[in-house]
Amino acid sequence: MIPPEIAITVRVNERDYVERVAPRLLLSDFLRHQLGLTGTHVGCEHGVCGACTVLLDGQPVRSCLLFAIQLDGTVLTTVEGLADGERLHPIQEAFREHHGLQCGFCTPGLLLTAKALLEENPAPTDREIREAIAGNLCRCTGYHFIVDAIRAAARGLQR
Amino acid sequence: MKPAAFEYVAVRTTEEALAELARDGQDARLLAGGQSLMPILNMRLATPRRLIDLNRVGELAYIRAHDGGVAIGAMTRQRAVEKSALVARCVPLLADAMPWVGHFQIRNRGTIGGSLAHADPAAELPAVAACLDARVTVRGPAGTRTLTADQLYWTYLTTTLAPTEILTEVWFPTAPSRTGHAWLEFARRHGDYALVGVAAAVMLEEDSVAEARLALTGVGARPVRARDAERRLVGRRPDDAALADAAERVKQVTEPQSDIHASAEYRRHLAGVLTLRALRLAIARARQAPPVTT
Repeated sequence: MIPPEIAITVRVNERDYVERVAPRLLLSDFLRHQLGLTGTHVGCEHGVCGACTVLLDGQPVRSCLLFAIQLDGTVLTTVEGLADGERLHPIQEAFREHHGLQCGFCTPGLLLTAKALLEENPAPTDREIREAIAGNLCRCTGYHFIVDAIRAAARGLQR
Repeated sequence: MKPAAFEYVAVRTTEEALAELARDGQDARLLAGGQSLMPILNMRLATPRRLIDLNRVGELAYIRAHDGGVAIGAMTRQRAVEKSALVARCVPLLADAMPWVGHFQIRNRGTIGGSLAHADPAAELPAVAACLDARVTVRGPAGTRTLTADQLYWTYLTTTLAPTEILTEVWFPTAPSRTGHAWLEFARRHGDYALVGVAAAVMLEEDSVAEARLALTGVGARPVRARDAERRLVGRRPDDAALADAAERVKQVTEPQSDIHASAEYRRHLAGVLTLRALRLAIARARQAPPVTT
C-alpha cells in the first residue's frame, strides 16, 4: 500500500509553494523534480558528498538526508536563490573570478556552504575555510582555487 | 524514489511518540536528525512500515544545568551542543569531541540523542558517554528509567532499549576540578567515521593521577572502557613510563576487527598511539584546569 500524499507549504528562494508530496520523497528530489530547481545537484545520496547542500532556515543541510514532508512551514534557499536576476552573488562572482569551479557539479553545495560560513565568520582563516568545506567533495580536486574564491569573497563582502 | 514506501507521522510531544510506538512497536522507527537513518533508508537497508518524526517535539530540545551536571534533551542538535557555553565549561570532553562528528552541515541536523541511540561502535558520542559515565533517560509504556552508558549499549547498532521506548535525555556530570580531557581520533578523511578514537579524562592531585578514564571507539562492537589501563595509572606520577604502560595495556585489551578500511593490527596500533597522545593532552590540560562550577 502506498501511503497518501500530504500537502506542505514551503518558501523556497522567497517564493511560496503549496505542494503535495509522498512521505518518502527526498527534499533533493522534491526540489529538482517537483519544483524544477535543478541547480541542487545529487551526488552520493547518503550524506557524504555535499553536492545537494541547501540552506534550511539559513543553515546548510544535506537535502538528500531530509524528506520534503518534514519541511512544512520552513524557509529554504537553493543555489537559484543566490543571484539577483542577472547579477551574480559576490560569492558566485568570486568563484568565477578565481576559477573556483571546473565541471561545476559540486559548486551549488560549495556556494551555499560558503554563504553560511561567511555569515557566521566574515573573516575566516584559510584553515577555517578548509574546515568549513571539508564536507563538500570536489572530484575535479580544485580545492586551492575554491579556497582562494571564498577568501576573496570574504574580503569583497567586508568592503 | 530511494527509500521504500512508509507511512509518516510527525508527533508534537514525547507522549504522542510513545503512543505511536506502543501501537506500532516493531514496525516503526523513530526519525531524529536522520543523518544516520536516512542513508540506511536510502539504501533500503531498513524498510520500516512507519516513521515517527520527532523533529517537532520541542520539549526534547534543551541544554541545562541539572543535578551537578548538564542535561541535554535527545532532540538537541549536535551543532547547538557544539556551540553551548555551558557544555564547554562543564563537559569539556563533549565539546572537544563534537567537531569530529560528521561535518557541520551534518551537525546542523544531527541530534545528540539520535547519535547515542544509533549505537554505531565507530561514533564519537557513545564513547564520550562511556568515558564520563553519562546517564540516559529512557521513557516507555512502563514509565521512566535511567541507564548508564554501559547499560545502554548491547552490540553493533543495537541498544538495550525496547522497541516501545525512547531515549529522551542524556546527563553528563560536571568535570571535577584539576581534571583534563581530550578526544582524539584518526580517520582517513576528516568527517568520516574514525578508524579509532580515544576519550581520556585525567584528574591530578599533587601531580599524581587521582583518577583516569579511557574509552575507545572503533575497536569493538560497542564503546570500550579500558578500565585496567585506568587502574594502572591511578596513584602514579604521569611520566612517560606510566603513560606508555597504560597505552600498552589498551593495545592488549582491545580486539578490533579488520575491514576494508584498516586491519585489526593497524587499529590496535592506532589505539595505543592515540591513547598515549590523548593522555598527554588531558594531563597538560589538567595542569591548567581552573576549578569548575556548574
